[in-house]
Amino acid sequence: MVPVAFEYHRAGSVAEALSLMAQHGEDAKILAGGHSMVPAMKLRLSTPTTVIDLGGVSDLKHITDKGDHIAIGAMATHWMVESSDVISAKAPALRDAAASIGDVQVRNRGTIGGAMAHSDPAADYPGPILALDASMVIQGPSGQRVVSATDYFVALWETAVQPDELLVEIRVPTTPMNANSCYEKFAQPASRYPYVGCAVAVDKSGGTCSDVRVGFSGVGHVGFRDSNVEGALKGQALSAASIKAAADTATNGVDVLSDWSVSEDYRRAMSRVYARRALTKVGL
Amino acid sequence: MKVSMTVNGVAVSHDVEPRTLLVQFLRENLGLTGTHVGCDTSSCGACTLILNGEAVKSCSLLAAQCEGAEVTTIEGLAASDGTLHPIQEGFREKHGLQCGYCTPGMIMSSVQLLQRNPNPSDQEIRHALEGNFCRCTGYDNIVKAVQWAASQS
Repeated sequence: MVPVAFEYHRAGSVAEALSLMAQHGEDAKILAGGHSMVPAMKLRLSTPTTVIDLGGVSDLKHITDKGDHIAIGAMATHWMVESSDVISAKAPALRDAAASIGDVQVRNRGTIGGAMAHSDPAADYPGPILALDASMVIQGPSGQRVVSATDYFVALWETAVQPDELLVEIRVPTTPMNANSCYEKFAQPASRYPYVGCAVAVDKSGGTCSDVRVGFSGVGHVGFRDSNVEGALKGQALSAASIKAAADTATNGVDVLSDWSVSEDYRRAMSRVYARRALTKVGL
Repeated sequence: MKVSMTVNGVAVSHDVEPRTLLVQFLRENLGLTGTHVGCDTSSCGACTLILNGEAVKSCSLLAAQCEGAEVTTIEGLAASDGTLHPIQEGFREKHGLQCGYCTPGMIMSSVQLLQRNPNPSDQEIRHALEGNFCRCTGYDNIVKAVQWAASQS
């Protein structure tokens, strides 16, 4: 299988990529690691006339501890996220998610920015990005803007990134709550995509849940924060019983995906199980 | 477009269409057919090679993305006098293959594994080779082959 013929440009900088995008319009596609896009092009599900490769933009390939947040360049690979000491220590939910994607070869090439911009409903990152209250730095012709996780995921395959913009950085706050986070996943056994992925961050000073964020991947059309679980647990003493009661409210009132292998009911049930496991892991 | 890279230590350059995949570039332009195409959808790992020090699936990369890169394929593993790489030797010693179709990819992924983790456990080997499918061996002898190679250093 080969893609439909296209024109190829290798951008040397974000500014050059933005100018190529302006020049070639909506038929141009941005190529990051290419591990969703190249297979989609080979299957001819995606037929861009122009491909703008970010592979040469070296200043997007970094993970930096900035003190109050970790700055992750959009071209950082899943392997870089998985093997980063600072992410492991300060945002373990993101490490867990990166380490669970596909396989070694996919993690060596796939990028966090590519995955976040592609916004596959079965991607791993949305849950942890939401639970860690990360923000996305988006650059366009008129400069940069910062979008919160809750505003970033718009709909199926749709994010806050506009056609003339690029996602350039992900910022994860370095708070004690984010250091106490994890991602638990019920994976499709062959592809490793999550049927259900649940990321949680818990502030548990004094045995009480003073704050909690719960983000789901793979469950809805787009990643979402579960306000049922968060509301049920916040202010409660943390125990197996309070965690189970809160987890049992997961996905209430949320549209849940259904497919040939996992029905809507089963996905809801597993969302509750994986919410309980994640909350138990970092809440008790 | 012109694409240049270093493959197994040799500088190469060819005029190709932008849509040329890395695995096509190797097999069709360079005649290096040791890198196999299996599923052609980035699942099976038969096309795995080492790109700038990292194991990747060459069926899901454009050759153009590898401009200026260092590529090592199965043909580049043995020493110039023909002495096999310890992982190749391990696959022979422990019967790590039957039909052999997945073997180049298995070996290249194992190269990456032993670089990152020189003494892997059974479980770590199985986890690291998740991206490589073998439909003959049941994997047991592949795990033994990698362990054999690890024990040589």
